Amino acid sequence: MSFLVLASVENSNAWVDLLNYLIEGLTIGALYALIALGYTMVYGIIELINFAHGDLFMLGAFLALTLIEGLGLLGGGVLATIATILFLSAVCAVFCATLNVTVERIVYRPLRNAPKLAPLVSAIGVSFMFMNLGQCWLLTERRVDAAHDFDHPPLFTWGEVGFYVCGPSDQNVPNVVPDKNLLYEAPPVAAETGAAAATPDVHHVRFTAKDLLVWAATLPLMFCLTLFVKFTRLGQAMRATAQNPTAAQLMGINVDRVISLTFAIGGALAGAASVIYALSINTINFQMGFQNGLYAFTAAVLGGIGSIPGAVLGGFIIGLVRALCSGYIDQNWNSALVFIALIIILIFRPAGLLGFQRREKV
Amino acid sequence: MSPRWKERLRWTNLWPVVGLLLLALIPILPVGRSEGHWLTLQDWLSNLADRPIGSDLSNLFIYCIVALGLNVVVGYTGLLHLGIAAFFGIGAYLTGILTIAANPFHWGFLPTVAAATLGAAAAGIVLGAPTLRLTGDYLALVTLGFGEVVRFTLRNLEELTGGTKGLSPVPPPTSGVQNGGAFDWAGDYRLFYYLLLAALVLVLIVLRNLERSRSGRSWMALREDELAASCMGINPLRVKMVAFALGAGLAGLAGCLYAYKFSGTQQPDTYDFNHSITFLCCIILGGLGSLRGTVIGVFLLLGFDNILAPILDAAIQHASANNGSNPLLTFNNWRFLMFGLALILMMRFRPEGLFPSRTMQEELHRG
Repeated sequence: MSFLVLASVENSNAWVDLLNYLIEGLTIGALYALIALGYTMVYGIIELINFAHGDLFMLGAFLALTLIEGLGLLGGGVLATIATILFLSAVCAVFCATLNVTVERIVYRPLRNAPKLAPLVSAIGVSFMFMNLGQCWLLTERRVDAAHDFDHPPLFTWGEVGFYVCGPSDQNVPNVVPDKNLLYEAPPVAAETGAAAATPDVHHVRFTAKDLLVWAATLPLMFCLTLFVKFTRLGQAMRATAQNPTAAQLMGINVDRVISLTFAIGGALAGAASVIYALSINTINFQMGFQNGLYAFTAAVLGGIGSIPGAVLGGFIIGLVRALCSGYIDQNWNSALVFIALIIILIFRPAGLLGFQRREKV
Repeated sequence: MSPRWKERLRWTNLWPVVGLLLLALIPILPVGRSEGHWLTLQDWLSNLADRPIGSDLSNLFIYCIVALGLNVVVGYTGLLHLGIAAFFGIGAYLTGILTIAANPFHWGFLPTVAAATLGAAAAGIVLGAPTLRLTGDYLALVTLGFGEVVRFTLRNLEELTGGTKGLSPVPPPTSGVQNGGAFDWAGDYRLFYYLLLAALVLVLIVLRNLERSRSGRSWMALREDELAASCMGINPLRVKMVAFALGAGLAGLAGCLYAYKFSGTQQPDTYDFNHSITFLCCIILGGLGSLRGTVIGVFLLLGFDNILAPILDAAIQHASANNGSNPLLTFNNWRFLMFGLALILMMRFRPEGLFPSRTMQEELHRG
C-alpha cells in the first residue's frame, strides 16, 4: 500500500475507493462462493440444477435470526461473539443439511430415472415451498420486561418470547458483530495514510469486523472441503460417482449414500453461509434466497459447473463485478449485469472457466 | 355424413368447443329475474362471490394466451423456458409506450396489437438466435437470466418505462375511432370479455392447425429425439427459433391485451420469475403439449389463485371477524407452497398432466 503515500490526495482517494470496492466485492464474493459450492457439487454428481439451494440458504438465515432474538444472543466480548457465531453456524448447518438430505430422499431420489425435466421442475417446486415457508416463518422477539409491549403483535407467546409471522417485508438482524473498521483505528494504517488523515474528505480503506468474519469463516471452509474431496475415501467416492455413477456402483460404492452426503455437505455450507450472511449483511427477506442463489449459480456456471475451485473463482468474480458496477456505473444495474454476464458465458463458453466440455451421449 | 365430420363431431373432440360456448354464454344466459331485469349467469355468480366474475374470467383468458405461448416452447418443442413473463412484459410495455398520452405516438388498437406481438417475437428471436444452440438446463438458465435482465431494464429505464410505477393510462381500444366513445370499456365488462374470448379462440384455432402442420410435427419430432429429427432433414435451430418466436409473440399479444385491460402496464415486478413459473405450473398441471390441458390448467390454477382463493379468504375473514389478524389462516399466504407442492406431486405421480396429449403420455411412460 506504499503507493498510497506517494499519490496526491485526490488520486489516493480514487485508489482507496477502488481498494474498498475490491474488498467489498471479494467479501460478498466469498459468500457467493460458499453457496455456489452447494450448486456445483450437486450438479457434478446428479446433473441437477438444485433451484431450492438458494432458498435453503434463506431458511438458514431465518433460523439464525430466530435463534438470535429468541435466545437473546447479542454477543458481547470477543469470545462470547465467537461462541455465538460457532453455535449459530453449527445449528443452521445441521438444520440445512438435514432439510437438504430429506428433500433429496423424498423428492429427487424417486425421479432419478425420469426424464431430465422432471427433477428440475421438482426443484423449482421445492424452491417455491421453501420460499413460502420463509414468508410464513415464525420470528421471535424477546420482551424487555413485563411492562413493555412487543414491537410486533405476537401470534402467541412462550414465556418472555413472542412469535410473530415474518411476512414479505425486510427483517433486520441485530449487529452481533460490530461494523467497526479494523484498519482505520489501528495506528500503523493511520500513519500510512499520512498527514492527510486529519482532513475530513480523505477516504480510508475499510476492512470491518464483518469482513473479517466472512474471510475467517469462508476460507477455511473452502480449504477443508477441497482437502476432503481430494484426499479422503469418501471424497474419492464422490469424485468417482460424479465421473460415472454406474461404474462407481460396480466398484462397490454406495451411490445413494454418496449422493446423500453431497446434499448434506452442500446444505451444511449453505447453512454456514446463511449465518455469516445474516451477521454481515444484516437484512434478510424471503426472496433473498432466490436472488443470491441465482448469483451463486451464475458463479458456479462461470467457474465451470461441477468444479470446486471453479465455483470459488466464479464467486469472487461475480462479487467483484457487482461491487465495481455499484461503484463505477450504477447500483441499479449490477444485478442485470450479472445476468448478462451469465448469458454471455453460456453462449461463448458453456463449460465455464475451469470446467471441461461434456460430450453429449447419444 | 362423411367420416371426417363424424370424427369431428365425436363427443371427446367436441367438448372443448362446448366449453368455450359455455364461457361465451356466461354474460348473457339469463338465470332469474330481479327488479324487472333479467339476471345473467355472470350477475348471479358475481352476487354469490361478491366479486366481478366476468372481469376475473377475462383476465384468465389473457393468462391462457400466455400459457399457450409457453406451451409451444415447453410442451411442443420440449425446451424449458423460464422467462415467458419477460415477453409478456415486453408486449405490455410496447403497448404502453405506443399509446399513452405522454408519448407522441398515440397508435390505434390494431397497429398496437400487431406491433406488440411482432416486437415480442423479435425479442424472442434476438434471445433465441445465439442461445438456442444450448441444450437442456443451460437454455433454461439463459431464459431465466433474460427474464431478470428485462425486469431490471424495465425498472431502470425510467424515462421510457416509468420506473417502478409502470406506464399508465393506456387508452381504451376504441379511442380515436369515430363513435368510439359509444363503447364504455371501463364500465361494461362484456366488451373486454368478448374481445379477449375472441382473441383466445383465435389463438386456439391457429395453434390447433399449427399442431398438425409441418412445423408443428417438426417441433414434436425435435422434442422426442433431436438427433433422429435432424437426420430426417429437420433443421433443429430454425425449427426451435420459430417455436421460440411464436411463444414470445403470443406472450407479447397477451401482454398487449393485458395493458389494455388494466389500462396500464402495472409495475415491472408483475413480469418476474415467479410469474413465469406460475405459467409453467399451469401447463404442467394441465398437460404439456395439449391445448385443452393448457387452458384447463390455467383455469384450475390461476382460477383458484385469482378467483376462488380471494373468495375463500373473504369467507374466512368473515367467519373470524373478531380476531382476523392471523396471517397464517389465509390462502393467499400459502399460494407458493401450493404451487410448489402441485409441481412436485405432478412430476412424481403424473408427469404428463391432468389432461395430457396422447403422444406426451406415450413418451413419458415409455420406460
